[in-house]
Amino acid sequence: MPDAPGLELIRGEIESKHPGAVLDTGFEHGCASLSIDPAHVLAVLTWLYDTPGQGYRFLSSLHAADYLPAEPRFAVHYELLNRDRVERIRVKALLVDPGEDTLPEIDSCCELFPTAEFQEREAFDFFGIVFRGHPDLRRILLPDDYVGWPQRRDFPIGGEPVTFTYNEQNYG
Amino acid sequence: MEVERQTMRERQLRARDMLRGDLEGEELERYVEEKVVMTNFEKMLGWARSNSMFPLSFGLACCAIEGIPMSAVTARYDIARFGAEAGRASPRQADMIILSGRVSIKMAPVVRRLYDQMLEPKWAISMGACSSSGGMFSNYAVVQGADKFMPIDIHVPGCPPRPEAVLYGFTKLQRKIQGNPDQGWRARYGAAGTEEWARGGPRSEPSAEAAEAYLAARELIGA
Amino acid sequence: MAEAAGIKASIASASPAGGVGSGGPRTEAQPPPAGPPETATGPAAETTEVMTVNIGPHHPATHGVLRLVVDLEGEVVRDLWPVIGYVHTGIEKSCEDKSYWKVIPFVERMDYVSYFFQMEAFCGAVERLIELEIPPRAKYLRTIFLELNRIHSHLVWLGTTALDLGAISMLWYCFRERERILDLFEMATGQRMHTRYFQVGGVIEDIPLGFEEKLRSFVADMPVRVGQYRALLDRNEVFLSRTKGTGIVSRERLLELGVTGPLLRAAGEPWDLRKAFDYLAYPEMDFKIPVGTVGDNYDRYRVRVAEMVESTRIIEQALDALPEGPFIADDRKYVLPPRSELSTSMESLIHHFKLVTEGYRVGPGELYYAIESPRGELGCFVLADGSAKPARVHFRDPSFVNLQAFRDMSVGSYIADMICSLGMLDPILGGVDR
Repeated sequence: MPDAPGLELIRGEIESKHPGAVLDTGFEHGCASLSIDPAHVLAVLTWLYDTPGQGYRFLSSLHAADYLPAEPRFAVHYELLNRDRVERIRVKALLVDPGEDTLPEIDSCCELFPTAEFQEREAFDFFGIVFRGHPDLRRILLPDDYVGWPQRRDFPIGGEPVTFTYNEQNYG
Repeated sequence: MEVERQTMRERQLRARDMLRGDLEGEELERYVEEKVVMTNFEKMLGWARSNSMFPLSFGLACCAIEGIPMSAVTARYDIARFGAEAGRASPRQADMIILSGRVSIKMAPVVRRLYDQMLEPKWAISMGACSSSGGMFSNYAVVQGADKFMPIDIHVPGCPPRPEAVLYGFTKLQRKIQGNPDQGWRARYGAAGTEEWARGGPRSEPSAEAAEAYLAARELIGA
Repeated sequence: MAEAAGIKASIASASPAGGVGSGGPRTEAQPPPAGPPETATGPAAETTEVMTVNIGPHHPATHGVLRLVVDLEGEVVRDLWPVIGYVHTGIEKSCEDKSYWKVIPFVERMDYVSYFFQMEAFCGAVERLIELEIPPRAKYLRTIFLELNRIHSHLVWLGTTALDLGAISMLWYCFRERERILDLFEMATGQRMHTRYFQVGGVIEDIPLGFEEKLRSFVADMPVRVGQYRALLDRNEVFLSRTKGTGIVSRERLLELGVTGPLLRAAGEPWDLRKAFDYLAYPEMDFKIPVGTVGDNYDRYRVRVAEMVESTRIIEQALDALPEGPFIADDRKYVLPPRSELSTSMESLIHHFKLVTEGYRVGPGELYYAIESPRGELGCFVLADGSAKPARVHFRDPSFVNLQAFRDMSVGSYIADMICSLGMLDPILGGVDR
């Protein structure tokens, strides 16, 4: 992983190219992470991909997380890997929940990382995050007509309570 | 009726005599009693069906690795000794479906369609905890028991059940097909009539007083 | 290993004609470098028709409940959509509801053939979050069980893939070895599959007496058996003609698609997380990584079979070097105290009570930890919010990502080659669907 000073250098360089992109950096348990503004996600990812000193060309994982009740609520995590130097860096794009019926949106990185195709569909399926520019954004793991975004924190876990015969027979 | 031990040679000679028409009277009657089995057609049919089952090779998840179509078919826990090794891929040609694995909500209509495509008579074994009752997954994505959408004859518990457990369930199914289903402990303790039913069975409607008392109790605790 | 199919043809990847409820424009699949020869020439070629066929989710050849919607022109695959989700169990959501040690049996059941790997990914992630060091004996024991599970997974793969290609007797031989491995698991942990053997802090129990001898005899036998498997398949003409030159995807395309594991190594890229990142006892082990050249199905087969032999070497070395000592960490805040102490020490009883009822709390933080599972990079993301239950557990499953390469492998080839590629891809749908 880039160490803490290296991370600050990365932040400085990105800030100089795209001001306002990086909101925060974090370095804990030996892992480096950059929290960015979702509007600049493609710019930051492309910078990390193209810059000769960085070269994070492998997207290990793209996943989303729900930080309810903290704001901003959603974050899309991009786990990037530089295979030559064997270093990982995490880019977090923090998304605000727009409200009742609208879904949070972010640009899709399928052009840059084709591996993200299925993984962005999964994030859409479970959290309702729309990826603009995705070639085929629809549900992947749940039935096509499912209503709701199951892995949001306010979605109930479902299932049914265990029924005991005595109660069923005598109390209904 | 006593059958005395006979050497192979003696049996051959008797068979030769019978074929020639040389056995008479009492000897002929004894011969027929020893050799011919009298039964009724249903029993013979049950015996034939149970010993030559064609399971539908259908594996959903982890239980598939331990049961049909994997461990139970392979050499150590051989299901071929029960005559059921001819796993068919097409449901039209199979008469037993072993639901091995968790049934998700997307898969349930598919399983039901497969079950419907099978021809009568057909049986279903629900292998493992997940298909019997939802298992450890009590959530939005797993159907809590395949009982919800199709009739199941035998439930085999375990997560995953050992192949021997699956074979034990299979032998139970064989006895059920032959017409004498296992009663289990109810036969030993004379407890017939204590079968438990899910909602819809007999005695599943509450009595009026019981329902009232229950609702009053819920009021009391403020639920 | 370096022959290509000689006949080059340019196959244009056609767009889907009348898709069955599937999506709109998609990224173009890269055509393979060499494909089947153009068979349609002359007036008949003008009337070819693309037919959309549904394969699965119940099909004798799909490994699990994978549904493929295939556009076929004659026998040539023009386009392909995998439809997944038929064994989606909501494991990640269920994990948010359970305390950390209860999550371990849940995540085991994702990729149900390589269960120790999921346990290691989750336990490793939590251990890094709470910065708990596991004792060296636990590291070696975990390595031994992980490599045994790798051999087990490859045996299941070999048996079922050979079954798909028609070499049915391989199934019986591979499962005979598999039964020996399951006996070892049962001896050490009590269960054949889904053993919940790894806990945060180490392993739950030490290995019993007699385990080491049984394991050594297994490890001595295994290379001989692998030699027998290779004798059956390596020069089998039908197997060779079906696997050589089929399902080729270039290394760069595989890297773009995020594919890892034996698929990537068969294409010539020596990337293995066991060598790249130091975790458990792998830095002290001396083993090689088999790497292929062409990246066709035959290379994938050879890579996995060679990996089985390498795994036996790792197990041997780990057994020789197995250190004495505790098998689980000492920190009573996270690890259950031994039962013998419960009747004498009040503190142990309190710790035991807290751990069993509420569970241990993991301070706020998030971490992604990846290991090399038999299918590729298995990553676990844990988001902890300071309570006794994780706030988010996500698994980056290798089969899920590798499935994206399936389209590139099959488009432009025959449907029989597609079945061969599916076997060599080794998807486990429990991991794909989670």
